[in-house]
Amino acid sequence: MRARARHRARGSEAFGVTVVLVFLVLALIGPWIAPYSPLQIDLAHEYELPTARHWLGTTDNGVDVLSALLYGTRLSGIVAIATVGISVLAGGLIGAFAGYRGGSVDQWVTALCDLVQAFPAIVLNVAVLALTAEPSVLHLVLALIAHGWVLFARVARANALVLRQAEYVQAARALGLSEIAVVVRHVVPNLAGPLLVQATAALGGAVLSESTLSFLGLGPGATASWGALLDQGSSVLLRFPHVALIAGGTIALTVYSANRAGDYLRDRLDPRS
Amino acid sequence: MSPLLRYVLLRVLRGIATVFGVVSLVFLLLHLIPGDPVLAMLGDQASPEERAALRTTLHLDKPLLEQYVLFLRDVWGGGLGLSFRDQTRSVASLIGDVVPDTLWLALAAVLLALAAALPLGTLAAVRRGSIWDDVASSFALLGLAVPNIWLGPLLILLFGVWLRVLPLPGDDAGFASLILPACTLGAALSAVLTRQMRASLLEVLSEPYMRAARARGVSELRLVVFHALRNALLPVLTVAGAQLGALLGGAVVAEKIFERRGIGSLFLEAFFERDIPVVQGCALVIAVFYVGVNLAVDLLYGVIDPRVRLG
Repeated sequence: MRARARHRARGSEAFGVTVVLVFLVLALIGPWIAPYSPLQIDLAHEYELPTARHWLGTTDNGVDVLSALLYGTRLSGIVAIATVGISVLAGGLIGAFAGYRGGSVDQWVTALCDLVQAFPAIVLNVAVLALTAEPSVLHLVLALIAHGWVLFARVARANALVLRQAEYVQAARALGLSEIAVVVRHVVPNLAGPLLVQATAALGGAVLSESTLSFLGLGPGATASWGALLDQGSSVLLRFPHVALIAGGTIALTVYSANRAGDYLRDRLDPRS
Repeated sequence: MSPLLRYVLLRVLRGIATVFGVVSLVFLLLHLIPGDPVLAMLGDQASPEERAALRTTLHLDKPLLEQYVLFLRDVWGGGLGLSFRDQTRSVASLIGDVVPDTLWLALAAVLLALAAALPLGTLAAVRRGSIWDDVASSFALLGLAVPNIWLGPLLILLFGVWLRVLPLPGDDAGFASLILPACTLGAALSAVLTRQMRASLLEVLSEPYMRAARARGVSELRLVVFHALRNALLPVLTVAGAQLGALLGGAVVAEKIFERRGIGSLFLEAFFERDIPVVQGCALVIAVFYVGVNLAVDLLYGVIDPRVRLG
């Protein structure tokens, strides 16, 4: 890579890591520092442009946009971390086992991955949510995991296939360690790097999926969310564009940053690339 | 058996197996997900008799294996079963009504994506390191970074409200109404294709036969247009073809933003009405289409490029 491009890439990676960290902190403390409640109605100040009282303006019913975003950060954060966390664990273990065992187990797992990926993610998400009477945050996470684990299973499998041949793994086997012990103690720890890289980027993917589902009106209704705010802004786009611009910009910034943070980790953890 | 025939047969058999798996997965979803689909469809106000009746209609009162056989029968010959809200219509006829709208949209999205990606990717590769290379990589970066749920409203604001050159959602202006939804749907694809085009053209340009052609005195323009593009296009078209199926997922978003009829909006409507047979039918049709397109792309590739058959 040319020096100029590399320099620029480093800068945007540092930016990405910073935004992801800020996002995680705000997901923790957002609701405490929010100036208003996202449910506080103020009909006299509906759809105001940014003012000193409302830094990012107001939306439907005079709700403070900044506060709605800060509360939404918590939903996005919870959904993203739960989805990615569980997907990494489940997908990683399934993939590690399939890659290590090989043979028919491997073929079945690969076939299952192909099958799940025959559905566009959003289609599978909606199909899962349709089976619940009142989608909750838990349902949302389940719907995202239904498609999300596959990526990690594939990454873990591909790496486990290589690790299986590694001398220290063969040595562990020769020492008489049980299969499970070999996988858990010698294969899984070496998958942590590649999985972490994918997980960071997937964090952005999960934020986007949660926003998209909320935007489509499929999210948990009572909770403030970025997607729902964008949907609200889109419905009054012609008269009050600031709501959609701010909400959509927040989503785009977070997703982009997570991808850059993933690149940063890949550069650090994966010397091959 | 000739290797080509063997390749085609094996690939078709694998496609059929995947479709069978897709059907089974759609069936199993109803049973794997915690919660009662009957409760989801009727709400908690329904009487026990109504619930029992629906359970019978959906065959939920029968043993699992029998339900599966009945489901397969619906899929194979029964038009995917009846819609739950409108029991006079088969799911297949509901989907058939709207599929052309979505296919037009998806096709327009792919064409627009190619129209931007091919020239940009080519310029970026031929004038590597120039301003065009920067333009192409910024375009690709933006296309991937701006989510379609935001891009749609942005495009409406820019071209419909401020510049007033394209119709707003809901106004039917024929072909012009297709442009913004197609851009929204195709932006990410265009970004991917631009990168692919640049990478595969660069690869072809570094091949020995390119140097040979140059040594023979073939002009640079002729070299790119007649010798390199043809070979560089193959992987790009493969990606474009494979993405056609994935675009049907994006259509759910684009059709909502632009208030268009199509399989995406049918799918969402069915979701809100908890019309589970229609939800299952849409998911099935989209996935089978996806598998079918991938199969077609693989087969074409096998015919065009003999090296693939050996894999």
